[in-house]
Amino acid sequence: MDLNTIGFFVFGAIAVLASLGVIGQRNPMHSVMLLIVSFGALAGLYILLDAPFSAVTQIIIYAGAIMVLFLFVVMLLNAHTEADALPQVIGPRGMQIGAVLSVLLAGEVVWGLSRLGLTWFGNDPATIANISSVSRIGIAIFTTHAFAFEVTSILILVSMVGAVVIARREH
Amino acid sequence: MPAFINPTILAHLVLIFVVMNLLVLSSAFMVWMERKVCAYIQDRVGPNRVGYEGALQPFADVLKLLFKEELRPKAADAFLFAIAPILSTVAALTAFSVVPFGTETTLFGLLSEPLRLEVTDVNVAVLVIFAITSMGVYGIVLAGWSSNSKYSLLGGLRSSAQMISYELSYGLSLAAVVMLAGSLSLREIVMNQSGYWFHVIPKWYIFLQPIGFFIYLTAGVAETNRAPFDFPEAEQELVAGYHTEYSSMSFGLFFLAEYVNMVTVSAVATSLFLGGWLGPLLPDWLGWVWFMIKVLAILFFYVWMRWTLPRYRYDQLMEFGWKWLLPAAVLNLIATAALVIWLG
Repeated sequence: MDLNTIGFFVFGAIAVLASLGVIGQRNPMHSVMLLIVSFGALAGLYILLDAPFSAVTQIIIYAGAIMVLFLFVVMLLNAHTEADALPQVIGPRGMQIGAVLSVLLAGEVVWGLSRLGLTWFGNDPATIANISSVSRIGIAIFTTHAFAFEVTSILILVSMVGAVVIARREH
Repeated sequence: MPAFINPTILAHLVLIFVVMNLLVLSSAFMVWMERKVCAYIQDRVGPNRVGYEGALQPFADVLKLLFKEELRPKAADAFLFAIAPILSTVAALTAFSVVPFGTETTLFGLLSEPLRLEVTDVNVAVLVIFAITSMGVYGIVLAGWSSNSKYSLLGGLRSSAQMISYELSYGLSLAAVVMLAGSLSLREIVMNQSGYWFHVIPKWYIFLQPIGFFIYLTAGVAETNRAPFDFPEAEQELVAGYHTEYSSMSFGLFFLAEYVNMVTVSAVATSLFLGGWLGPLLPDWLGWVWFMIKVLAILFFYVWMRWTLPRYRYDQLMEFGWKWLLPAAVLNLIATAALVIWLG
C-alpha cells in the first residue's frame, strides 16, 4: 500500500467515526468538536486528491467560520445535554419528520451522484495541479458559473437580512 | 540505512525540529523582552536576578509552572478543559510552518538538493495561515466554556467575537497583497519584492500597501488578543478571562500560544509587507538575519504599543473593527484591484 492509500483510509476512518460521534453522543459541545474533526479529516482527503485549495477553504469556511457560529449558539444556550438544546415543540412527531427528511436527503444524494458522470483527469501531475489551481477555480467561478455564484450570494444575503429582521423584532 | 531515510528527508525533519524549538525559545525571549521593555517604559529595571540581565527568567518561570499543582474546577468539562490549551498551542505552532525565513541552502554542500528554509512550501500558504489562525479561536472558546465559570465564559465569548470580527479585515488586507503579487505562495510573494525603486527604496509591499500594512498590524494585535485590544483578559473586569481557571503548565501553554502567535503574525507581516529575508549588505545565505531583524522590530512595536496605549472599551473595539477597519480594508482592496487591472 502506498502512502496515499493509507492516508485515504486513515482520514476516511476519522471522518466516518467523527460523524457517527456527532449524532451518537448527547453532549452538544462534543458534537460540535467532533464535526470539526470530521471536517478536518475531509480536508485531509482533499489534500490527498491534490486539491490544497479545496482543503484550505474547507477549513476556513466550514471548520473555521461556520462551526464557530455553531459553537456560539451552543454556548449561549448553555446546553450541557442535548435535551437542554431541544425546544419543547420537537416531540415524537419531530422525530418522525426528521426520519422522513433524512430518507429523502439520502435518496437525493444517491440520485444526484448517479446522474453525475465521473471525469478522470489522468495521472499527469501538471494537469492535476492546473485543474486544482486557484486561478483556474477563480476563472471558472466568475465566468462559467457566474450566475450560480451570484444567485448563491443573494441567497446568503437574504437569509442574513432575515436573521437580522427576526432578531430586531423583540425590541 | 533504509532507502526512505535520505539526507533530504532527514534535513527536513531536523528543520522541523529546529523551527518548532526556535519558536518556543523565541516566545521565552519575548517574555523576557516584554518584561524588560515594560520595565524601562515604567522607569524600572525589570527582571535582573536570574541569568544575565534576567535572561533566564522565563526558564525559571516555566520551571515554577511545571511544579505547580494542576487544578480543575469541579463542574468543568474534563476532556474539553484538557484539550483547549493544547489546541491553542498546536494552532500557534502550526501556522509558522508555511512561513519562509530564508533562501535555499545546501548547508555548505552537505546536501545534494538545496533545502528551502521553511518547514513546507505550500502554493496556498497565505490561505493556510488564515485557516490555522481561525482554528486558534477554538482553544480560547473551549477554555472559556469548559471552565464553567462566569469570567472564563465571558472572556471566551469576548475573545472569539473579537477574533471573528477582526479576521475579516485581516483576510482582506492579505488579499490586497495577494493581488499585487499574483500568488498565494509566501515564497513567491517575498521574491516579488526583490529589487529597488530608484536604486534606494526597496520594492517592499509596505510602500504600495501602507493602509493594508496598518490594517494588518491592527487586526494582528486584535487576533493575538494583546493590548490595547486585550479584552479577553481585561483584569479589572474578568480576572484573567478565558484562562482564569487554568493553572500550572496548561496556563503556560496559553501563555506560550499567545507569544508564538505574536511571532507568527510578525513573521507573516515581514513576508507580506517588508520583503521577508531580502535586504541589503548581507549575502543571500544570511537572509534569515534580515528576517529576524525585521520580525524583532515588529515584535518590539507590539510590546511598545502594549505598554503605551490604554485598553479600549469593548463597544469601541467592535465599532472600530466593523465601522472603520473593515470598510477601510474593503476600499483598500477595491482600489488595489482597480490599480492592478489598470496598470496591468
